[in-house]
Amino acid sequence: MAAGNEVTAASYIQHHLQNLTFGRHPENGWSIAHSAEEAREMGFWAIHLDTMGWSIAMGLLFIWLFRKAGKIATTGVPGGLQNAVEMVIEFIESLVRSAFHGRNPIIAPLALTLFVWILLMNTLKIIPVDYLPELFARLGVEYMKIVPTTDVNATLGMALGVFILILYYSFKVKGVGGFARELSLTPFNVWLLVPFNLVLEIVGLVVKPFSLAMRLFGNMFAGEVIFILIALLPFWAIWLLDVPWAIFHILVITLQAFIFTMLTVVYLSAAHEHH
Amino acid sequence: MNINMTLIGQTIAFAIFVWFCIKYVWPPISTALHERQKRIAEGLDAASRASRDLELAQEQASQTLRESKEQASQILEQANKRSAQIVEEAREQARAEGERLIAGARAEIDQEIQRAKDELRAQVSSLAVAGAERVLEASVDEKAHRKLLDQLAAEL
Repeated sequence: MAAGNEVTAASYIQHHLQNLTFGRHPENGWSIAHSAEEAREMGFWAIHLDTMGWSIAMGLLFIWLFRKAGKIATTGVPGGLQNAVEMVIEFIESLVRSAFHGRNPIIAPLALTLFVWILLMNTLKIIPVDYLPELFARLGVEYMKIVPTTDVNATLGMALGVFILILYYSFKVKGVGGFARELSLTPFNVWLLVPFNLVLEIVGLVVKPFSLAMRLFGNMFAGEVIFILIALLPFWAIWLLDVPWAIFHILVITLQAFIFTMLTVVYLSAAHEHH
Repeated sequence: MNINMTLIGQTIAFAIFVWFCIKYVWPPISTALHERQKRIAEGLDAASRASRDLELAQEQASQTLRESKEQASQILEQANKRSAQIVEEAREQARAEGERLIAGARAEIDQEIQRAKDELRAQVSSLAVAGAERVLEASVDEKAHRKLLDQLAAEL
């Protein structure tokens, strides 16, 4: 889509950044939002159908692929799919072995799920920005933002899951007393400084999931905006910028998935450590 | 950029996927991987063991060869000794046989001589008589002097 004037360019960008929202509108009741304002008015009691749909689709793709590889897994000579899957699994295993210093059989599958799921969700970004929204528009669906990781709800949702696990294992491994002592007596082991320690540690704890979520979301959202801006160029010029940016994004996509996974493992490792 | 229920939905989806992965995805692949690792390690081990066995077998083979060579030379030596002995024996036998033959021949010769002497002895009396007849030019009673002449011949 070439830019006609600034109004259409702005509305084009906004349209592309708007999720398909279903929720309880104060006036229309439970319905799909037809504009950004309506979506905003729905407040918390709304759900992004596109984010949920695409993320679950990618999750199912991951589960289906890896389950299939697991079913045909032999100890003999592996086939193509099994080889690829085993490569990912070995990569995750070595990552967990190097970063996680406890004993917990949950961590490696958790890291695998996070890595592959985020990778698949991020990869949706390589699909040209107009293809799927245009297709869904023809089918009568007004908004379609296909990359779930450009929705802060998705990244924050995953980070929230990680945060719950951090809290769970902190309490489980250190006990309530141990965890409380860690929060109040580090970094300064002086009774006078307990309030200061508490503030510091709790902020540090709470910041963990936010940093996870915001890092992934920020990178993906910014990349998406650039893709949309590039799409505003005249059609013959798009590839000039789009191709280098897409190639660069192959790196970003993998790197962000890796960072999210790695930090999750590191945070959970810290949750398992006694002081 | 509204925060809404999608957040909760995503967390639930995340939990379900992780649970499924822990339960059904990770174990079979991980098991197969480690199983294969073990098998490869065993295979390598077996290979090194086999090469060691081969080395041992080669050593054994060379030792057997050496022993058999030694035995062969021993047998050869014995055979040589035996053949020399046989030759020696044959020579001995030949000599004995020769001596026996010579002794036989000598005995025969002696017999011949004896026979010739006997024959001579038998004839000498008649020869003597014939000589005497001619000397005496007279007939001599053969019967009267026969006994005397036989005695003479026996003394020969």
